[in-house]
Amino acid sequence: MSENLLPAMPAITDDTMSALRNRLADTAQRDGLLDVAYRTLPSPIGELLLAATEQGLVRVGFAVEGQEVVLAELAERVSPRVLAAPKRLDPVAREIDEYFAGRRTRFDLPLDLRLASGFRREVILRLPDIGYGHTYTYAQMAAAAGSPKAVRAVGTACAQNPLPIVLPCHRVVRSDGSFGGYRGGPEAKHTLLTMEAA
Amino acid sequence: MTEYGPTVLRVCRAVLGPGGSDHADADDAWSETFLAALRAYPDLDPDTNMQAWLVRVAHRKAIDQHRARARRPTPTDEVPERAGPIAPGPDEGHPELWEALGSLPDKQRFAVAYHHLAGMPYAEIGELLGNSEAAARRAAADGIKALRGRIGPGATNTITPHDEEVAR
Repeated sequence: MSENLLPAMPAITDDTMSALRNRLADTAQRDGLLDVAYRTLPSPIGELLLAATEQGLVRVGFAVEGQEVVLAELAERVSPRVLAAPKRLDPVAREIDEYFAGRRTRFDLPLDLRLASGFRREVILRLPDIGYGHTYTYAQMAAAAGSPKAVRAVGTACAQNPLPIVLPCHRVVRSDGSFGGYRGGPEAKHTLLTMEAA
Repeated sequence: MTEYGPTVLRVCRAVLGPGGSDHADADDAWSETFLAALRAYPDLDPDTNMQAWLVRVAHRKAIDQHRARARRPTPTDEVPERAGPIAPGPDEGHPELWEALGSLPDKQRFAVAYHHLAGMPYAEIGELLGNSEAAARRAAADGIKALRGRIGPGATNTITPHDEEVAR
């Protein structure tokens, strides 16, 4: 590919592209062609990727996962009709901002749980039962989900939670008191638990 | 998908020329191209070369816009006057290049846009334009030559034909 001509063309600014993308998102939404809308949101634990279907929030991605990786996963597992379309995520962004500002302890958002099935879905749906500022051990969580022996499976469910923060898997910790793993990295889990304990 | 947004926009602008003060026709062709992509996505072969596919659709959409524009009466006072050489800012490139591109014959303009802006191989361009690889290569080379003759030395410095074009 020749790049010789490119520097001579007037630059296409970010503003131009973002105006075009917003218009495209509106038209696609109107025509029922926007299956997955996404936006990014800065947060104290790095830039978050928020994605929603018509049904609700379907994925919260951490920067450490790689935005392109998460978008490819959505295209593969939900629909290839994925567009940057911030509007659909406005209520989600607002609630997450309030959470990080210490003004929200529960989320009240429509969720699309299609990326979690079976026992994993059972587990993550019970996560909001652990109140803000509290923690469960993996064993306590297994008991709460009705399968006291499924401690490892609870660990897997938390590790693969498609909706971290909103479904608070960070509140599930090891029985020895250490934090355990986290999709967003151990630092992020530490930050969230410290923030909630304050 | 949106990673191809700027490339498709360059192609639409290059095919349609400046077309009014704000590239409105090119913007419309861009939107139509991506809406078509969204409609077609679920049925596309996963191995499809998306950039080439988008450029082909953009070509058809831009031609549609071009024809629609030809049917619209254009008041002559909307044509901007050329007021000598334009001094481009550091990030503005050479706006006059859009105009120069717009004044090329269709085949040359398309060949230049698809090869130099969208990175399509000449064989594919030939297929798209209904001629041969050699004809597409020749059209692009002629187009580049014409562009060099039409725009200022500042801009021509940045247009250096590929070896393959020189050696044709």
